[in-house]
Amino acid sequence: MKIGVYVCECGSNIADTVDTEEVADSVKLLPNVAVSRVYKYKCSDPGQELIRQDIEEFGLDKVVVAACSPSMHEPTFRAVLEDKGLNPYCLEMVNIREQCSWVHADKDKGTDKAVSLVKGAVMRSELMEPLDRKKVGVISKALVIGGGIAGIQAALDIANSGFQVTLVEKKSTIGGKMAQLDKTFPTLDCSQCILSPKMVDVGRHPNITLYANSEVKQVDGYIGNFKVKIKRNPRYVIEDKCTLCDDCVPVCPVIVHDEYNENLSPRKAIYIANPQAVPASYIINPDNCLGIEPLICSKCRDVCGPEAIDFDMREEIIEDEFGAIVVATGYETYPIENIGEYGYGTIQDVISGLEFERILAANGPTAGLVRRPSDGRIPQTVIFIHCAGSRDPAKNLSYCSKICCMYATKHALQYKHHVHSGLAVNFYIDIRTGGKDYEEFYKRAAEEENVIFIRGKVSEVLQDGDRILIKGVNTLTAETIEMHADMVVLATGIQPSEGTKEISNLLKLSRDMSGFVKEAHPKLKPVETSISGVYIAGTVSGPKDIPDVVSHAGRAAIRSINILAQKELEVEATIAKVNDVLCRGCGMCVDSCPYGAIELKAIDRYGYTFEIADVNAAVCKGCGTCAATCLNGAIDQLGYTDSQILSLIKALADE
Amino acid sequence: MKDFEPKIIGFLCTWCSYAGADLAGTSRIQYPSNIRIIRVMCSGRVNPMFVVNALQQGADGVLIGGCHPGDCHYQHGNYQARRRITMMKKLLEFLGIEPDRVRMTWVSAAEGRKFAQVIEEVTEDIRKLGPMKQVRRKNEW
Ligand code: FES
Repeated sequence: MKIGVYVCECGSNIADTVDTEEVADSVKLLPNVAVSRVYKYKCSDPGQELIRQDIEEFGLDKVVVAACSPSMHEPTFRAVLEDKGLNPYCLEMVNIREQCSWVHADKDKGTDKAVSLVKGAVMRSELMEPLDRKKVGVISKALVIGGGIAGIQAALDIANSGFQVTLVEKKSTIGGKMAQLDKTFPTLDCSQCILSPKMVDVGRHPNITLYANSEVKQVDGYIGNFKVKIKRNPRYVIEDKCTLCDDCVPVCPVIVHDEYNENLSPRKAIYIANPQAVPASYIINPDNCLGIEPLICSKCRDVCGPEAIDFDMREEIIEDEFGAIVVATGYETYPIENIGEYGYGTIQDVISGLEFERILAANGPTAGLVRRPSDGRIPQTVIFIHCAGSRDPAKNLSYCSKICCMYATKHALQYKHHVHSGLAVNFYIDIRTGGKDYEEFYKRAAEEENVIFIRGKVSEVLQDGDRILIKGVNTLTAETIEMHADMVVLATGIQPSEGTKEISNLLKLSRDMSGFVKEAHPKLKPVETSISGVYIAGTVSGPKDIPDVVSHAGRAAIRSINILAQKELEVEATIAKVNDVLCRGCGMCVDSCPYGAIELKAIDRYGYTFEIADVNAAVCKGCGTCAATCLNGAIDQLGYTDSQILSLIKALADE
Repeated sequence: MKDFEPKIIGFLCTWCSYAGADLAGTSRIQYPSNIRIIRVMCSGRVNPMFVVNALQQGADGVLIGGCHPGDCHYQHGNYQARRRITMMKKLLEFLGIEPDRVRMTWVSAAEGRKFAQVIEEVTEDIRKLGPMKQVRRKNEW
């Protein structure tokens, strides 16, 4: 073995406080060191060239460079080794600038430290082995799960870059919660008008395959190579044949609540979720229908001109492969019936924010007139209670749902626009208007449009004749308040949807304490997850408003494209490696791995079947936690092996 | 005892603590040179055996530096490290080694000053504890 040691002076940056000559001399006589030199600027071209020459002249197989932090020039020197046909992992860098010369003014002490670090590096380099970065092929197709605004945006962004996308939505139409909104803050533009062009684009896009009324049932594999099973539930209406003529609806005898209108209006068993639905086709809900059985009732089929209705449709399992997955399974509103004191569910005119949204909408249950649910009267006083469910760690959600201050303000404003003489009162804990033009919007409501804001907490909501009595406290003046209203709108908080829970279990994504999917890094990796190749978009990782969701989804798309655009992916080289003989198959490493990269597999040996740990190289990220867990020393981290670290310890501890 | 200069080995995770140490360097914040740093990918890589081994080989103290709770580059490596180190300190106590010779700390990539401070403290603490008793068995009978 021949090791070359290079000590950089970095001009005077290192040489001022470290005696570089002494450092170089200290290792000269070590048995495997072929050459040890000092150079003024090792990272300069001639500095690099010197290493290249030495590799040739002395036949070096390991190189130690004592210079700046590896975060600066490790890639530079690795490339030098590669140039000369050496394995890039045969380089060891010693940080004698940031962590030595710059922080220790005493030259003797600095030199001492540098000497021991370089000795350690030499000892460690003796144990280094060439590593190869494995490559895996990539399937250049993306899967987007969830067809709300986040999923739509991500699918369009990926598809517009020329890649195939499959979009899977559980409901009969894409659009998600945004399709239920009347107007959006702070611009008050109509939600449907800005959303439906995007929905139509998804439906028409040559690169997008849309599976509505479908669910992802199984995901196997790893980055670049996910194998996915998608269940398509039967629609009982052939999408391409349906002409949206609506002839089937009047004849259907079944009347149920309409989910799109938050159960405030009826619909039939055969229906279309909303006029802008994509795919634009009716659907029969088998739970509502008298039995999907022509003998019992086939009224809709009998009147259907284009013969679009097919009672024989069965569920279908589609198997496909994808290179990247975007999870955009969104949120659901907090079940406010849990907050007993607000009377939701027992007092009819106490409604949720989403219900009020539908009442405001022109295509809603009241055709856009603000009428209260109990008797259809136009309410003259409406109270909006903020943080319904949010910021209440004792009983409900502990976090701020972020959007409620703004939408409750918007609701109050919209109510005033509908009922000019009406009184709108908002009870809030704090008003949070973090967003472009949000503060101005709040000011407009409070100062120009006479919406009343009371800083206070509502403690009780009671039915009082045909009105509602509200008891609470003004937290600025510490006065108790009693107030009558005709309707109460709760600014409902948001929580992770059922789908978010299901999909994160399926994909083994880690979730935070609130149940939202956890980002790989809260600041710098906001769309990455603990699983490589799986990205999150929108409220699946926490409350967000629409502009945030759109930009979040855009980044999820970019990160997916990063993968799809490559033919092969290089995977981490410094990954875990199992020693088959030592492993007893206890499975402790399996539990310790944050990525689910280790599995127990059965092997046959001496006529017996053993279970031993098996590392999936494409999934392992090389943190080494498993290696520190194994009681048998049977699993090790390449590039940071136990023996390498122990040799370093020996050199550093016993100078 | 005045001139006792302890030898301290520091295991720093590359993403936060090692980067924090680099920042102390680029900001030219001075700290005692007693610390010798070993870079690992994650504090979760630190096998308790490394710590015992360091003390056995002649180090007087060991520092383990990781990302702040919740910030680990690998999800929860730092939590696992904390659990192991806490357990190991109990073991050290049992062996008659002062558990304070081992310290775990969180330093982020932005905390150069904190890093220097931690090193000051650790060095002082270990200096007070004095040299490590030899636990290596002497091969002489
Ligand atoms: S990466 Fe810093 S502690 Fe895990």
